[in-house]
Amino acid sequence: MSSNALTIPGTQIQARPWVDQLHQWLTTVDHKRLGILYILSALLFLAIGGVEALIIRIQLMHSHNNFVSPEVFNRMFTMHGTTMIFFVAMPILFGFANYLVPLMIGARDMAFPRLNAFSFWLSFMGGLLLYFSFLGGSGLYGAGNAPDVGWWAYAPLGSRAFSPGHSSDYWTLALLVSGLGSIGTAINIIATVLCMRCPGMKLSRMPLLAWLNLVMAGMVLIAITPLSAAQIMLLIDRYLGGHFFDTQAGGSAVLWMHFFWIFGHPEVYILVIPAFAFLSEIIPVFSRKPIFGYPVMVAATVAIGLVSTSVWAHHMFSIGMNSYANSFFAITTMAVGIPTGIKIFNWIGTMWGGKIRLKVPMLFCIGFLFQFLIAGLTGIMQAAVPFDWQLTLSYFVVAHFHYVIVGGILFAIFGAFYYWYPKMTGRMLSESLGKWHFWFFLIGFHLTFDVMHIPGLLGMPRRIYTYEPGRGWDTLNLIITIGAFIQAIAILVFVANLIISYFRGAEAGNDPWDAWTLEWSTSSPPPPYNFATVPTVASRRPLWDLKHPEDPDSHYE
Amino acid sequence: MALRMKSSLDCGWQIVLLLFWSARSLWAVQPGGSTAPGTNIFSPASTPAKSIVDLSVFVLVITGIIFVVVCTLLVYSIAKFRERAVDAGREPPQVYGSTQIELAWTIIPILIVVVLFLATARVIHAIEDVPVSVGGLEVTAIGHQYWWEFRYPKLGIVTANELHIPVSDPNHPTPTFLQLLSVDTDHSFWVPELAGKTDLIPNHPNRMWMDPQRTGVFLGQCAQYCGTQHAKMLLRVSVDSPEEFAAWIRSQQQPAAQEAGVNAGKRVFETNACMNCHTVAGTAANGRFGPDLTHLMSRVTIAAGAAENTHNNLRLWIQDPSAIKPGSLMPAMRLSDADLDAVVSYMETLR
Repeated sequence: MSSNALTIPGTQIQARPWVDQLHQWLTTVDHKRLGILYILSALLFLAIGGVEALIIRIQLMHSHNNFVSPEVFNRMFTMHGTTMIFFVAMPILFGFANYLVPLMIGARDMAFPRLNAFSFWLSFMGGLLLYFSFLGGSGLYGAGNAPDVGWWAYAPLGSRAFSPGHSSDYWTLALLVSGLGSIGTAINIIATVLCMRCPGMKLSRMPLLAWLNLVMAGMVLIAITPLSAAQIMLLIDRYLGGHFFDTQAGGSAVLWMHFFWIFGHPEVYILVIPAFAFLSEIIPVFSRKPIFGYPVMVAATVAIGLVSTSVWAHHMFSIGMNSYANSFFAITTMAVGIPTGIKIFNWIGTMWGGKIRLKVPMLFCIGFLFQFLIAGLTGIMQAAVPFDWQLTLSYFVVAHFHYVIVGGILFAIFGAFYYWYPKMTGRMLSESLGKWHFWFFLIGFHLTFDVMHIPGLLGMPRRIYTYEPGRGWDTLNLIITIGAFIQAIAILVFVANLIISYFRGAEAGNDPWDAWTLEWSTSSPPPPYNFATVPTVASRRPLWDLKHPEDPDSHYE
Repeated sequence: MALRMKSSLDCGWQIVLLLFWSARSLWAVQPGGSTAPGTNIFSPASTPAKSIVDLSVFVLVITGIIFVVVCTLLVYSIAKFRERAVDAGREPPQVYGSTQIELAWTIIPILIVVVLFLATARVIHAIEDVPVSVGGLEVTAIGHQYWWEFRYPKLGIVTANELHIPVSDPNHPTPTFLQLLSVDTDHSFWVPELAGKTDLIPNHPNRMWMDPQRTGVFLGQCAQYCGTQHAKMLLRVSVDSPEEFAAWIRSQQQPAAQEAGVNAGKRVFETNACMNCHTVAGTAANGRFGPDLTHLMSRVTIAAGAAENTHNNLRLWIQDPSAIKPGSLMPAMRLSDADLDAVVSYMETLR
């Protein structure tokens, strides 16, 4: 490990043979190593899901393109969506939560270290299971290999009549297995936050990152459960002669939609709340001010968590619900914009009057603010139900949710990488490569996803492997594809930065950003036990109190 | 550093210009102007689509104002509060929050949401709760993998993929009410210039309506992923003048043409698998799995809009459908050349 780790007599770590090191990584129950494993596995799947996205974009570059067959295209968008949500976004956020929550609350590990390892391996194996479908999915029928039913697998398309062979089973089982992993992690985060805080760290002094991950974990319990139940029901339908979703035998396709989206919409917030958490840590440090309105930020997060469990049917405005149901889900959807808006205002309030340092983590956070604002506003458009009857299932929606997930969540994740990489490795990421990464990604992102709204408004549905010429979609799609490749270049710069900086980056020291939360009080990377002595805190910014004994926060709280 | 910031700013401007150019395509087809078929949601030709545009303009204006206000605050705070060299080492005043400001930016969004919701609920009600009127035309649209069946129950007409409906004069409205069914997976009926989309879900009948106010052809396609060939499940709606529509009804109500010269082709049709899936009214062929072919030649396209209805395309479609629409459920018939010519000739008499 790095030379600046605290040296405690008798714990000096020698260089070990690689088999030994591998064994240590595979059997580890240390929250930091598991966090890094989560992140690395997510990066692996990010590369795979990214290649799938590029295949989709090449195929759609112009009308009547024959780059891939319709069957392959349908597999690509199904695998892209499933991979990015379940095996990239969730694991990477769980990884950061795992790594950071115990450090930020002054704990020595998660509450259940072995459950933690079990959960990670479940999630990871779920991903491998999904990709094993390319080999094992054909079954006896010579049917397609990888799942091709879309990442919602709407009934009855997922039933055996329309999806023979085993491709959908791999999808079902992969989600079931990784879902169990997610539930394990959620329980662990909740228990850790509630029970493992260091002396003095009341809930009201907890860093927002821990608060937001607590809310996120609660939502995982609410959201993943119906998804897992639905997957089991689907398996019963497919193999035990059940008829839950079998419309030919009186089953209900709409039931599946409800099950899926009562998971699917909270899922969006499960992903975005940890992104909010990154912003709530990074923006104050780079604005040199405490977060504006801490209690309101907590309340807004809890409000988002509660309201977001009653908005799911806004994914289903086109299924013919009656006007009362449509109106209900319109108002709840618009209402969730209120606490979200409060958050954006509070981040701006934090920057206001500060001394903003435009380092790479902050650049990504500013990108987030700008793009998440637009994503929220296009979301409001779709909450206006009749407008959504035009927008839903079109490329406008695809642009909207990529604005949320890429323009919002992924930008925040990149910010988190640049901010916490020094803590995880002891080395700084290169600032200049980071700027190249930021600008390339920003330009590629806007080329792709700004333009993508327009074919939607011009009537282009999603999930089509080709389209007719003369609809005015060709040039727009070409621009979108070019943007996708620019984003791919940015990702390569990012990966190069991760690798080069690991070996050549500047030494980080304990606290490279002059930050205020507990993880910066220990060495980089932290020793296995995190803190030599368990810290005691008196305010929300314990390191501020240490650095400014003349004016500590504890005087005001 | 300054240079790099400047070049990225230039690049930003180029992107803005490019986006502006892209957005221009939305105005390329002006409402009521050209009659070239389009699929632009901002070029409505029917009441539901028009009230959606009215609502969407309202929502766009409000969200536009929010965007400008918040964006200005964001850009201003970045520009104004950047750390400068003279600041080095000094921390800014530590501000923890402000109840008044928090209240302000909670209450204002609540008011905006109330206004947006009321506007939305009004349009939901206006479109969704319209009773079926006596003068209206009733059509049942049935989704199949990957084509549309249209049945006019009161007129005894069955056709496929190309919906004919009458133009509706605002003074004497003749709206069309669609009952939406599906025999297999989920589909969605979307003709953007006539109405928003509504799904066709098995075991879950839906309905929608439209009252097109100009004649012409309107394009659309299936919007809900329904399987391999979801992309080529295209829709054509022909909005006819009252006279054209009456004539179309009369011709569709005729039984299939019986021409002596094509008996060989008819025999091929009826002794092969064709008749298991297709209906030709007045003959032994009464399959319902594929489109009704009684008046095949009255349609402009075949294969749910995937190809024009020409001699060569018909021939290719019968012999090797995957050349036009890979994954389509129409099997390759592998007929001899003589049989193929005969059956195509027969098809071409079904006007």
